Amino acid sequence: MNQTRVLFKRMTDHPADSHTIDRYLETGGYEQARVALGRTRDELVELVKTSGLIGRGGAGFSAGMKWSFLAPARPAYLVVNGDESEPGTFKDRQLLERDPHQMVEGMIIAAVANEVHEAFVYIRGEYPKPARRVQQAVADAYERGFLGRDVMGTGYHLDITVHLGAGAYICGEETALLNSLEGRRGEPRLKPPFFPAAKGLYMLPTIVNNVETISNLPHIVERGIEWYRGLGHDVDTGTFLFSVSGHVKKPGNYELPHGITWRQLIYDVAGGIRDDNELKAWVPGGASAPWFVPSEHLDLEITKSVTDSSGSMLGSGAVIVMDETTDMVAAAERLVRFFAEESCGQCTPCREGTTWLDMILRRMLDGGGRAVDLDLLYDVSDNISVGVGWPPKQTTICPLGPSAVSAVKSLLEYFRPEAEAHIVRANRVPVTIKGFGQ
Amino acid sequence: MSWPAETIARANDIIARYPERRSAVMPLLYMAMREEGRLTDEGMRLVAGLTGLTPAQVQSVASFYVMYKTESQGKYLVSVCSSISCFLLGADEVLHAVEEAAGLPAGEADDEIGIEHAECIGACGGAPACLVNYELVEGVTAAKAKEMIEWLRNAKPEVINADELQTLFGGRRSFDWAIKEDNGAIGPYPAFPPFGTAAHNTPALEPGRLATRNSRPATPEVGAS
Repeated sequence: MNQTRVLFKRMTDHPADSHTIDRYLETGGYEQARVALGRTRDELVELVKTSGLIGRGGAGFSAGMKWSFLAPARPAYLVVNGDESEPGTFKDRQLLERDPHQMVEGMIIAAVANEVHEAFVYIRGEYPKPARRVQQAVADAYERGFLGRDVMGTGYHLDITVHLGAGAYICGEETALLNSLEGRRGEPRLKPPFFPAAKGLYMLPTIVNNVETISNLPHIVERGIEWYRGLGHDVDTGTFLFSVSGHVKKPGNYELPHGITWRQLIYDVAGGIRDDNELKAWVPGGASAPWFVPSEHLDLEITKSVTDSSGSMLGSGAVIVMDETTDMVAAAERLVRFFAEESCGQCTPCREGTTWLDMILRRMLDGGGRAVDLDLLYDVSDNISVGVGWPPKQTTICPLGPSAVSAVKSLLEYFRPEAEAHIVRANRVPVTIKGFGQ
Repeated sequence: MSWPAETIARANDIIARYPERRSAVMPLLYMAMREEGRLTDEGMRLVAGLTGLTPAQVQSVASFYVMYKTESQGKYLVSVCSSISCFLLGADEVLHAVEEAAGLPAGEADDEIGIEHAECIGACGGAPACLVNYELVEGVTAAKAKEMIEWLRNAKPEVINADELQTLFGGRRSFDWAIKEDNGAIGPYPAFPPFGTAAHNTPALEPGRLATRNSRPATPEVGAS
């Protein structure tokens, strides 16, 4: 299974200096920004819409549509979301570190398309090295006249500022990110009315796009819609970056077309399961996605529509593989704990619910599980995500709470006997209560 | 207490990058940590003065984000990832080894070392992974992690450099890092040159380039109407 390298091409061909402006220019860099500067907003929005480019941040929404919704008020802003924090996801780190100019050029294109003169890159605080690389790239782009008051001698004005987060997964949610960039607590805003395209940064129209999404733009401008659509599979155009981790022989980021099967991805691309163990389950699209299991899903094509209709999502492309040795209650607990720790605390179902889900799973692991616990897990989940279905019917401002339910739902759906066994075992453990009469 | 003139100048350059002063509160909180090693009430008051917020507003922001530390973390903050991909490959054993070697439970610090567990740090392909002052080391084992703590205690490096950490204590990486870097961290906060928090502090943000300012009404508070 060969990779189709587009976003990863330069860093593969020139590993030692793919991040430098000299190498970027030598390989045709910034020519597409120049092309974009000569086009109108309508032309560029139409180009991206027709290319079928889907946002790569996890929600899976058309990037061109997002652009077309931008309200007419000005100034407008562009914010690149580099707050990559979904467990299992590490593709943006590679793009930021190894080819930062690709993103900067994409930002110039997105800025011109949306009549933006001020742009921000929000990079998570735990990524200082990627942030340093991007900062150097931005400084070099200013130096060469690709940014600033007179971009490439066209009179266009564009400033880019690199902003660092400070350790909050929730800031990957676009409205929370905007609050954070305004110098506030990273709490998501209610949508409606606070759709970023209408009321975004400083309540002005704002485009928020993921690093990978933006990095696609120079290639779409350069090689056109037919080429870009031809890379993909039906409506899933272009390539897709998969971050594969867990119990595989060759974890890593892989750039692939949509439409291969999970079997090909896990066994051919990622080398199969460690020690040739049996595959037990995998998370197909980041910690928020319901699990897939080999008996039902291994030969499904990896496309957005097939994955969505099979009860999960491709999300940010993070594939977390678990082999036969995995204790699925422990895995669920670890996933739920993440959301419990990262809940911003605004909405009661999420703040309390994720914490209770974690406590119940933890007591099952610690030998204190009760017979009612599986029903209780379902009941708490139902309060966060009504009906515990897919896609979730959320009772909260943002999807973080329902994301925690995915692991619990998957545990109860596919591994209920294993979860029950934890409780049966727990009840065989003799319990002594200390503190009274001892 | 006040900050040196150079730090104040840097802070003003950062403030000038944003359409509203308030947006600079997060970078300035890192600069406050750089000045005192941790975030103090006095540091937060200074940030409030520079950004036009009240100290309470600054504290509400600082308390939201885990990387702003009001307690001392020593010179080296070791953050062991314990999210799913690292967990599947032995992160709990790495954390226990680190706790034992440092003689500290996660969440505590002595004068030299602080230990904490971290949620996913984006190094899942090189799991298990950890950060020292937010510089990454991937593919660690319990034994290597223990050596790393001993090295921090004995060698007392002035600068934490990810390439050096990876060479000494790392293993499998998420991807080929390819490019060596001489920059690194000088304390338990992210090393980012524009904030003056790294070993080498260039390039800075481009100061004073922004037009289109002062022509816009102030942002209403979200939910204020």
